[in-house]
Amino acid sequence: MKTAVIVFPGSNCDRDIAVALEQATGTAPHMVWHRDTELPAGIGVVAVPGGFSYGDYLRSGALAARSPIMTAVREQAARGLKVLGVCNGFQVLTEAGLLPGALMRNAGLNFVCRDVALTVENAGTVFTRGYTAGEQVRFPVAHHDGNYVADPETLDRLEGEGQVAFRYAEPVNGSARNIAGIVSADGNVLGMMPHPERRIEPAHGGDDGKRMFAGLLEAVGA
Amino acid sequence: MKLRIYVTLKPGVLDPQGKAIEHALSGLGFSGVDSARVGKLIELEVADDTADADVDAMCRQLLANTVIENYRIERA
Repeated sequence: MKTAVIVFPGSNCDRDIAVALEQATGTAPHMVWHRDTELPAGIGVVAVPGGFSYGDYLRSGALAARSPIMTAVREQAARGLKVLGVCNGFQVLTEAGLLPGALMRNAGLNFVCRDVALTVENAGTVFTRGYTAGEQVRFPVAHHDGNYVADPETLDRLEGEGQVAFRYAEPVNGSARNIAGIVSADGNVLGMMPHPERRIEPAHGGDDGKRMFAGLLEAVGA
Repeated sequence: MKLRIYVTLKPGVLDPQGKAIEHALSGLGFSGVDSARVGKLIELEVADDTADADVDAMCRQLLANTVIENYRIERA
């Protein structure tokens, strides 16, 4: 299975997520520069990595979301391509309109950088099928703008449709309803603030993240 | 032509920076500050014949995130 990782100026988790994808597929992903206008043919998963694209200028993820490659990502996502956005990638996907809501400055104003416990809310998505519903996993977070905001109707819809994939076990950044990660209505786009790619081998302090990549790549036929 | 675009948080959207400013002002001894909200001012220099619709599109497509922000355009 071919995969791709989008690289923006200021991405810094692109190599981490490339390692996670390579570990799951046995093949190094295509690294796709933000100014490219097309994704490589035949890819099953594209990752939008963490980092500080464009220095978080204007709003986190705002400028990256308008870069040329995101038009291709949006088009392919509409056709079912699996899109995984982590941290800044989640911010980019909301700014690009691929996921609802927005990520604002953490409620405590602090940059939060530590391990957090997450509850797997929906284990029925292609991204979370390696877990069981209600299971707790631990992933690191490292963000300043992770405070998920959406209007009450959107939040109710996300909850009702099973689009909340991960929830913080306890408040981390002020996120509405402790939402840590959501999937799109079609289920093929996931955005989350915590970093599964930084938790894929015992040397990382655990490998809870490994099952996300393994499950996802199995689902898309790796 | 110079344009000033004011981008402000929608009412009801919690503004942690505004809250911190509010607390800092009261810490400095200023009483009676009921609320502080932080927004952005973006100044644009555009061609004189720039259509209002284009400026509005700039705001909607990039300058403001209309999920959480409102914008106001002022011609200087």
